[in-house]
Amino acid sequence: MIWEHFPALIPISLLLGALISAPLGIWKRFVSYPIALTAVGISFTSAIVALIYVLNEGSYSYHLGGWFPPIGIEYVIDPLSSFVVLIVVGVGFFVMIYSHRSLQDELSMKEVQFHAVALLYLAGLSGMVVTGDLFNLYVFLEIASLSAYALVAVGEKRATFSAFRYLMLGTIGASFYLLGLGYLYLVTGSLNMADIAKIIPMLHENTLVAVALALMVVGIGLKMALFPLHLWLPDAYTYAPSVGSAYLAPIGTKVSAYVLIRILFTVFQPHYVEEVFPITTIIVWLSATGIIVGSIMAIAQKELKRMLAYSSVAQIGYIGLGIGLANPLGFIGAVLHILNHAMMKAALFLVSGNLRYRFGSTDISHFNQKMRIAMPWTSAVFAVASLSMIGIPPTAGFFSKWYLVLGSIDSGNWFFVVVIALSSLLNAVYFFRVLEKMYLVRQAEHVSLDADKSFHKEFKVKEAPISMLIPTLIFGAAVIVLGLLNALIVNNIIKIAIPNGL
Amino acid sequence: MIEQFLGHSAYFFIVILLLIGMYGMLFKKNLIKKLIGMNILQSSIILFYVVSAYKWNATVPVLDPRLGEPIPMQYINPLPHTLMLTAIVVSVATTGVALALIVVLYKRYHTLDEDELLERMK
Repeated sequence: MIWEHFPALIPISLLLGALISAPLGIWKRFVSYPIALTAVGISFTSAIVALIYVLNEGSYSYHLGGWFPPIGIEYVIDPLSSFVVLIVVGVGFFVMIYSHRSLQDELSMKEVQFHAVALLYLAGLSGMVVTGDLFNLYVFLEIASLSAYALVAVGEKRATFSAFRYLMLGTIGASFYLLGLGYLYLVTGSLNMADIAKIIPMLHENTLVAVALALMVVGIGLKMALFPLHLWLPDAYTYAPSVGSAYLAPIGTKVSAYVLIRILFTVFQPHYVEEVFPITTIIVWLSATGIIVGSIMAIAQKELKRMLAYSSVAQIGYIGLGIGLANPLGFIGAVLHILNHAMMKAALFLVSGNLRYRFGSTDISHFNQKMRIAMPWTSAVFAVASLSMIGIPPTAGFFSKWYLVLGSIDSGNWFFVVVIALSSLLNAVYFFRVLEKMYLVRQAEHVSLDADKSFHKEFKVKEAPISMLIPTLIFGAAVIVLGLLNALIVNNIIKIAIPNGL
Repeated sequence: MIEQFLGHSAYFFIVILLLIGMYGMLFKKNLIKKLIGMNILQSSIILFYVVSAYKWNATVPVLDPRLGEPIPMQYINPLPHTLMLTAIVVSVATTGVALALIVVLYKRYHTLDEDELLERMK
């Protein structure tokens, strides 16, 4: 009975969870976490049901309040949206499990509020994915962004200022999106994606449509941290609390990438964005630059989280490249990379959280073999996720890059093949630098590192607590399992999701 | 050209407002001034929607039986206005979050100047 409403249940259970868990948590501190976890659990289950339903029965449109589109707000569950929303709430669910112990360590007094804000953040993101209405998308975008600013701001001392900067740039992005939507509404008179998609082909000569597309792409590009609009990202990810960056990095920018796919290929449709107003060409070149610049900047970083943040800029470049290629193989690569990168980044940020929990810092210069001996599982997950970031088979990262390379060849642009290969080498440089310190330092040097007193405070060096270790291991395992199962995912889900006319 | 301007004069003023807002956000050094720039930017977009809903010789969007059969041209478009109610709420919430961040920054560093702040954070 209630499962008829599963598309609405995905964001609404999260919203309700936030509303209930915050006041009850202020009354009795310990009840907030189980409520928050239940809310994400319901949402996660609904997302799984949604995906199974779509694969068996086909796309599904849910009319909110019984109002039919284009007048009412519509939630669309199709192969692409159900796939992405499952990634969003799935990552959210496991990070939520992880967050309990980590928050007690880093932000013990703000735990209740943090869970509520995290739920709002997930509600915003999942709403952005399932909605079929462009203004509704804006509202969810702002819910997600506002809570993302809060997730960053509670971090260490410098976090407040990076959150303020993020807020300024994020608001410019959202405003551009809203302005573009205004133009689009002026010419089409509709806010429903499917409805606008029917009207756009009649308006190919209209300059307002082109202005609307440009403004919306800039706005979403800012949210997505598409090069050169990525300036807010490194500081925000670095200074946020460990759990905060574990929420932000794997799914925050990916959902914006999904919105970009929706706007380009569902609303404006491939013919318009490729030939009439070739904005995909601009996106693909910016992304290629972003891949190289992000990778080089990552090499220069001395702190693990900051390195991962710059590597995120590069990885968003891969997704942008796949979108910008605008051919089926590039599309597969981009969507697969949304999944793979979510798993890899979640694993890496959880590892950095584990290291912070035990060692109190994640400066790469402090890394040594002791870490690997003390935390064998965490280090193993780090190694697997790093290999995947570099793109070594059979880890997941290899396969999305493979599709991107095939897509580049398909579009006849060999330069992008060179970019992908080069960036894999750069990735290898910055990840092997860390792996070498953890795994390959000789015993003699190890002893001399032991003498480094600053690193040996009063801590018991052992593996992270079990509630933190299990989510980390799940993401680490997912990197390998998804790599092995990639053909299954591509053939059964992503190939159905390829938009018409691509 | 001049006719174009007269017919759409409101839009030109909105663009000027938008640029003032962007200028404030990006080039002012004081955080409160940045925030004011942000509010001007958001207001300009709200005005853009409100102006776009306007029609000559049209009345408020409440069905009036004295006007006879309802003709869309007789009523201004209510949808952009309702959308902007939501956008105003969003902009209030954003301002609230920004002010909270500014309060924390001021308590911690006793300045609101961006350069000074970056200096003291080191």
